[in-house]
Parts: sequence; C-alpha cells; structure tokens
Amino acid sequence: MAVLDAPEIEVREGVDRETVETVANMGSYKYGWDTEIEMEYAPKGINEDIVRLISQKNDEPEWMTEWRLSAFRRWQGMTEPRWAMLNYPHIDYQDQYYYARPKSMAVKPKSLDEVDPALLATYEKLGIPLKEQAILAGVEGADASPIQGREDARRVAVDAVFDSVSVGTTFKDELAKAGVIFCSISEAIREHPELVKKYLGSVVPPSDNFFATLNSAVFSDGSFVYIPPGVRCPMELSTYFRINAENTGQFERTLIIADKGSHVSYLEGCTAPKRDTAQLHAAVVEIVVLEDAEVKYSTVQNWFPGDEEGKGGIYNFVTKRADCREARAKVMWTQVETGSAITWKYPSCILRGEESQGEFYSIAIANNAQQADTGTKMIHLGKNTRSRIVSKGISAGRAQNTYRGLVTMHPRATNSRNYTQCDSLLIGDQCGAHTVPYIEVKNTSSRVEHEATTSKVDEDQLFYCRARGMDEEEAVALVVNGFCREVLQALPMEFAMEAQSLVAISLEGSVG
Amino acid sequence: MLEIKNLHVQLEEEGKQILKGVTLTVPAGEVHAIMGPNGSGKSTTSYVLSGREGYEVTDGSATLDGRDLLEMEPEERAAAGLFLAFQYPVEIPGVGNMTFLRTAVNAQRKARGEEELSSGDFLKLVREKAKALDIDAEMLKRPVNVGFSGGEKKRNEILQMAMLEPRMCILDETDSGLDVDAMRLVAEGVNALRSPERSFLVITHYQRLLDHIVPDVVHIMHDGRIVKSGGPELALEVERNGYGDILAEAADA
Repeated sequence: MAVLDAPEIEVREGVDRETVETVANMGSYKYGWDTEIEMEYAPKGINEDIVRLISQKNDEPEWMTEWRLSAFRRWQGMTEPRWAMLNYPHIDYQDQYYYARPKSMAVKPKSLDEVDPALLATYEKLGIPLKEQAILAGVEGADASPIQGREDARRVAVDAVFDSVSVGTTFKDELAKAGVIFCSISEAIREHPELVKKYLGSVVPPSDNFFATLNSAVFSDGSFVYIPPGVRCPMELSTYFRINAENTGQFERTLIIADKGSHVSYLEGCTAPKRDTAQLHAAVVEIVVLEDAEVKYSTVQNWFPGDEEGKGGIYNFVTKRADCREARAKVMWTQVETGSAITWKYPSCILRGEESQGEFYSIAIANNAQQADTGTKMIHLGKNTRSRIVSKGISAGRAQNTYRGLVTMHPRATNSRNYTQCDSLLIGDQCGAHTVPYIEVKNTSSRVEHEATTSKVDEDQLFYCRARGMDEEEAVALVVNGFCREVLQALPMEFAMEAQSLVAISLEGSVG
Repeated sequence: MLEIKNLHVQLEEEGKQILKGVTLTVPAGEVHAIMGPNGSGKSTTSYVLSGREGYEVTDGSATLDGRDLLEMEPEERAAAGLFLAFQYPVEIPGVGNMTFLRTAVNAQRKARGEEELSSGDFLKLVREKAKALDIDAEMLKRPVNVGFSGGEKKRNEILQMAMLEPRMCILDETDSGLDVDAMRLVAEGVNALRSPERSFLVITHYQRLLDHIVPDVVHIMHDGRIVKSGGPELALEVERNGYGDILAEAADA
C-alpha cells in the first residue's frame, strides 16, 4: 500500500544505462538495510483523535495537547506549497501512519539482554559503541557509570530517534553536571515545561507553513537542548534520525536554546532503509540564540534517495530556523545534503540582535532522479548584522538542483552586510542547476554581494587525475571535494571526513 | 621498453587522420626526443599513449614492457609506469597540491598491490623532492596549478614525476613558456631521474631544451610519421637550418 506513489520519471533517450547499472551494482546506499522490529502503530490517517493519541502516548500535559490541536485545525485550512522547483506526485496525507514506535520501548529493559537484538543491530550498523547502545536502548542505569577508556577520545553525546520516538540519550548525567539539558523533546515537555512553553514555536510558529504546521500537530519526538548562561557545552551533541517503519512519516521537532554567552556544536545525521515507496519527513528545528551565544548546527543528511529510476526515497520537507534574538548572537548552519528523493529545505537566520551573525554553508548533491530545492533565508533586522552564504550545488544523472535564497535588509538593519556565493557543478549533460536569489534591501547603508558560478566537471581535469593513476570515480570525488572545500572546512573534523566520503559515495556511477 | 608500431590515429569526431604510421622504439635507460613542426602529430602521440579520449586508433600498436597500452584505461597505464608531463597542466580548484600528490601516489600503489604510504613517510618524501625543484611548502599547499606561473606549473609536473617514479616518462613541450632559469630547473629535475631502468620521450619544438636534457636519439616527425631519426646532432641541424631541408630530403626518399 503506497503512501506516496513513486514519481514517474521516464528514462529519456540517451540516458546512460551503464551509469544506472553501475549505481545499482554498487549498492551505493549503505544504510539501506531495514530492521525488523515489532512496531506499535497508531491507526492510519490524521484527525483530532490521532493528534490526541500522540500527545497521550507522550504523556503530555493538557496545554501541549491544545497546542497541537490548534496547529492541526489551522493545518486543515492550509494548502501544500508548490512554488519550489520540485516535481512529485500528490501526497495523500490520510494514507499514512503518523505514529510508530518500537514495542520494546514500551517497557524499560533491565539489561542489554532484554533489548530487542534487532534494535541493537541497528545501532551497531550506525557505528554507535556498545555502552552507548545500552543507553540508547533505554537500559536502566546504563548511563550511571562513566564510560571507561574514552576519556581521551573526543566524545559526542547522542540522542537517537528511531521512527517517531527518541530511544535514548547518552552522557546525560555528565552533561547535567555542566548544567546542559540534552534529552528528547517529549521528556523536556514533561520535565522542563517552563523552557518549552517559553520557546517552543517562538522561532517557527505553528502557523509558519504547511509542513511546519503539520509537524506542530503530529510531531512525535525529537531532541531538546538547553545550554545555560556562560556554559561551553563540554562535548558535541548529536542526534541520529532513522526512519525504519514502512509507510510512516517522521515528524521530529528539535529545540535548541543557547542562553547568554553559551556555546554549543550540534550534529545531526539521518539515514533510512531502502524502500520502493516514498516516505514523508517533515521536521522542524528551532534554535534560540541569546546575547553573545554561539550555535553551530551541522547536518549530514543521507536519507535514502530513491533508486536510480526515482522510485521510493524520502520526501524531505524541513523547516529549520535560528533566531539570533539578542546582541552579538551567532549561528552557523552547515549542511551536507546527499540523500532524499525530494529536498525542500531552507535553514534560515533571523538576525534580530545588533551585531548578530548568521552563516550558511551548504553542499547539496543530487544524483539520478533526485530533486533538491534548498537554500537559506537571512533576515537582517538588527543594526550591524552580518551574514554569509556559501552554497555548493552538485547535479549528476538526471537530477535537478535549485539554490533558493532570500536576503532581506530591513529599514532598521543599518550598516549590515551579506555575502552570498552560489556555485553549481554539473556532471554529465542530463542534469540541471538553478539559482534563485531573492534580495530585498530597505535601507541605504547596508551592502549585499552575490556571486554565482556554474561549471561542468571538466574532462581535462578528470583526464589529468586519471593520467596520474586515479580511477574515474576517485577523480570525480577529488574534483568535487575540491569544489566543496569551503563548506567541508566548516564542518567539525570527524563529520568532515564522513561527509567527504559521502560525497564520493553519492556520486558513484555518475560518470562513465 | 616502449614500442610503437605503425600507429594510425584519427580524431574521433572529425575522422581526420593525424598519425599515419608512427613506428618508434625507446629502449630502457634511453632518452629519445621527438621534434617537428606544429601540427605534425607530436602531442597527439603523447595523448594517445596516455589514453586521452577523442582519438581513435585505426591501426598499429603501442606496448610498454610488452603490455598493450592501447587496451588499458589511463589510470592503468599510469600504474604500469607511464607518465605524461602535460604541455598545459590542468587546474583543480580546492584540491591541495599535496592532497593531489598523495591521492595519486597511493592510487598507483594500490593498483600495483603495494601498501599505501603513511602520511609521515609521504610528507618526508615530498619535502625532499620538492626542495630539489625549488618548490616551497606554500606551493605544496596551494590548489593544484591554480594561480601557478608557467614555470611553477612545469616544475610541479616534474615533482609529480619524481614522486610517481614512472618507468616511461613523456614530456610534452615541457619547455614551452619557460624562461632560462625555469628550464634549467626542469632539466636538472629530469636529469636527476635518468637511470638505466627509466626511459624518456621528450617532445619539443625547439632544440634549446635538448641542450640541457641531452637525448640519445632524435626523431623528426612530420605529417603523422617519423621521417628521420639520428643522434643529438640532428637537433642541432634543425636549430641551424629549420625543418625545410630534412623534410625535403624525406619527401625525396
């Protein structure tokens, strides 16, 4: 039973069969396994009862249920935006599960032995160490003792969201000592209602847009971060999102609050099994940055892109926004988008505080039948605000890749600056790259710069690399990584390595 | 070592015949030069040997140590020990020169079933070889050939050659665009690599490079064929009288 019909894309004359086959043979999507875990589903479709059920499953207080219901009522009167350069079939929102969670999570296991082995296997495949696996699996007391032998290693605290549910968070106690709250959003709603009430929906209001409103009604879980004033978060925080269940939408909600003078680096990774029906993903990320605080948010998005014919894959409609609410607040979005069949995503910065700064570094790769419409919005409201956009779009196969960006300088945002650089790289002659910059300047002292280039992977460059002994794939990866360098450099070290090899993997079979 | 027999090549798109029966043997340890007027097929020879697309071999053969070069992918030819120093080295923005070198060295080692060089060993080796070519640390960090002067590009080619230690080196008009000092550096780099196991095919328009890299044999190419071969004195003859006499003589023969 297909929730979304796979996009019908005809193989045009002259499409390189060999390219298509190479990709198929390579099984280049290495996260494509699915885990057979007994799931508990809410009935298909969406209505007020389902919204109430989700709220009830998360043990939410009444105010939260009402918040969701008002979003749902609003959503019913909204229409899906179709302005993006994306072509996908009609989505039947009633033919979809809105809530699924592993049954094993219903009762807390006492030790790893009691945990569904399939769930543990999932973590292992994601490369999460055993001790963390226990914590993520929700084993009682697993996070009580410090992890031995890892003191020297660079540590990352992980929150894993499996289908709709956050299944566990690591290093919680240690973070708590620094005053940092890192937990699932459902837990935050229960344990820290004052923070959630104050900030949830304050950056992306429930009425923001069709997908964000839907998310506000049905979001099942996600991560919550609060960094108290003056605290530098002692480790990187990370969320792994995985969609596993079939025909299930994933709607996670992330809320990050960096209080005055604090600092945090947050990583987000996403994978999904290979399925031949498309799956819907509509997440919301809200970041509140107060005076002198700094947030670095990095994403390596590797959702299943669909097969080479465009069948299946994740439809990714995501609203991400940061609000630099006070003076000298700083936010930096870095994204490496290699997966998803459809990407609709514009991580944005509201530069409200004076001298606040927003940066957006993006690599978007679209291969085969993938379509990406992604970019950013820099809304300059405060004086002397600065923003910088560096976007690298890579198109291969028959993919379409669009950069869509908005830079506005409001009347009071005097002496503000924006610099935008959009580079597109084409591999082959069946793909497309588009740049759609919107620029609005409403004062006379601000300056906006925009540079854009489009180039093709040059045969001479490839031959030069091959004449030095690299095979074609290696040559393409090298040239493309060179093209993306400025963005890769903006990523935290270990992520940069992963991203670099991901760039290579996503382009496998794109030449030849 | 390198054996080219009766090589006929045409441009894939236009079907234009460029090489019309080139026969040439470069034994191990020897330096051969190919000279000839513009459009005689010198650079085509180097591209066909290294596997560039756009050329169709209609007849003849080319082997390196008995292995059929024409059947191999460009990277296989490189791993087999063939190296082409480009007339116009290509710029690769964003890719550090050092990264490029390490990727190339390790790709070849991997292809030959050898272990990859550790970053420590690699670094030591590069620094040592770069020094001899007057290439500083800054140039190693810069993106491959981006913003390099003509001389820097050519020295960089020789550095790649020194790092990859090929058996058969083809230098395509390496002297073009070089001033006297740069030419001396390049020639010293090449001479340092001369050994009984390594051969060179130096393609050049002018005799002056051959003052520095003294060849064992000089071949004159014209209209897709080798029309005359001889010792280093042949290059001097070209220098003095131009190609006219030699070509007339070949036409008579």
